[in-house]
Amino acid sequence: MSPKSAKAKKIVATTSLAGCFGCHMSLLDIDERLFDLIELVEFHKSPIDDIKTFTKECDIGLVEGGCCNDENVHVLTEFRKHCRVLVAVGECAIMGGLPAMRNTIPLKECLDEAYLGGATVADCNPGRVIPCDPDIPKILNRVYPCHEVVKMDYFLPGCPPSADLIWDALVALVSGKELALEYRTFKFD
Amino acid sequence: MASFVRFTLDGRECLAEEGAQLVAAAKECGVFIPTLCNCPGIPPKGACRICTVLVNGMPHTACTTRVVEDMAVVTRTPELEAFRKSVVEILFAEGNHLCPSCERSGNCELQALAYRYRVTVPHFPYLFPKRDVEAWHPKLVKDHNRCIQCKRCIRGIRNDKGQAIFAFGKRGDKVVINIDPETSKDISDELAQQAMDICPVGAILRKGKGFDTPIGRRTYDRAPIGSEAAP
Repeated sequence: MSPKSAKAKKIVATTSLAGCFGCHMSLLDIDERLFDLIELVEFHKSPIDDIKTFTKECDIGLVEGGCCNDENVHVLTEFRKHCRVLVAVGECAIMGGLPAMRNTIPLKECLDEAYLGGATVADCNPGRVIPCDPDIPKILNRVYPCHEVVKMDYFLPGCPPSADLIWDALVALVSGKELALEYRTFKFD
Repeated sequence: MASFVRFTLDGRECLAEEGAQLVAAAKECGVFIPTLCNCPGIPPKGACRICTVLVNGMPHTACTTRVVEDMAVVTRTPELEAFRKSVVEILFAEGNHLCPSCERSGNCELQALAYRYRVTVPHFPYLFPKRDVEAWHPKLVKDHNRCIQCKRCIRGIRNDKGQAIFAFGKRGDKVVINIDPETSKDISDELAQQAMDICPVGAILRKGKGFDTPIGRRTYDRAPIGSEAAP
C-alpha cells in the first residue's frame, strides 16, 4: 500500500465502557463487509487490535456503554480529546442501558446487596468486605449516559444497533455523506 | 342519516360526518395523526398532546376536536413534527424506558413513535425516577417505570359490574395509576388481556405472558406506526 492511500484512510478508535461488548459483536456482524471496512479505515485504540493508549489523533471514535466508574469517565474523556467525531453506539452509551437499572437504587444498597446481604453471597465473603482496592476503578453514584459526561456527536440506537446500521453509519462518516436512518435498521432492542 | 361536512386537511378538501373526531376523520381520509392517549372506542382525553394539529391556524389536540364545516386543518409542518418528537423525547426522559428488557418492545406505541420520528437520544436529561413494579395481582403486573399516565386503562377497562379496575393515586409528577384490589379481584383472562392491550406501552402486563412474538414479526418491526393510514 502506498503511503498516500494509507494517509487517506480514516482512523477509527473503539471502546466498551459499561457495556457487554454486544455492540462490538454487532460491528463484527457486518460479515464480509469487514474486508471493505479495512480498506476504508485503520483501527487505532480498540479492543479489536488491542491498542491500549492513543498515540495519534483519530477521525471517528465509537463508544459502547455508559459510564459506571471513574475509569469509564477517564477513557471517555480521552476519546473526546483524541477523536474528531464521537459516536454513542447502543442503548447503554445513549441512556445507560441495563446497568442504569441501578440508578434508582442508592449505591450503598447496591453494594450491600452484591457483597453482603444478597441471596447469592451466602458465605462467599466471610470477611464481609466491599472491594475498595485503589487498583479497582471507583464506582460512580449512578450510571451516566455518555452525553452527560462529554459532548457526543452522533447516536446509534439499538441493543445492539444492527450491523447494517453500524455499517451505514461508518460509510456515511467516512464518505462524508448524510446517513439515511433506514426504518429497518432503526430499533431500540 | 348523518350529515356530511366539508373541511380541508393539509390543503386537500375532505368529507367527514359532522361532529366526527378529527383523528378518526383524518384516518378515513388517509392522513395519519399520531396519538398516544387516544384509543378508539373510549372517550378522548387530550392528555399527551402528541396529536396537536393546527385548526384554522390555532394548535388543537385532534383527539378532542370535532369536525365542523369549513374547518381548515394542517397536520404536518416542521414545527408540529418537531413538537411531536419533543413529546416522545420528554416521555422517554421522564420514565425508565429500557426497551431491550421490555415485554412490549416491538409492539409499543411510544417506541413506534420514537422510530417514526427517529429519536436517537432525548434532548432532555434523563430523570431516572424511583418507581415500583407491582406484582401482587394474580393476573397483572403494573410496571410504574414504563407508565406514561395516558389514562387509557382508567377510561377503557371495566369489570363485569361496570366498575373501573384502574385508578389514580397521588398527584402532579407523583401521580401513579393503581390496580384496584377490590374491583380487579376476579377479572377474567380476557379482561386482563384487554388491559394489557389497551396500554400503549409495557406498563400493564399479563402475568406469564410476553416475548411470544419473534423479533421481526412484531407490530412495528417492519413498517412505521401510521403507515396503514398514510403509506
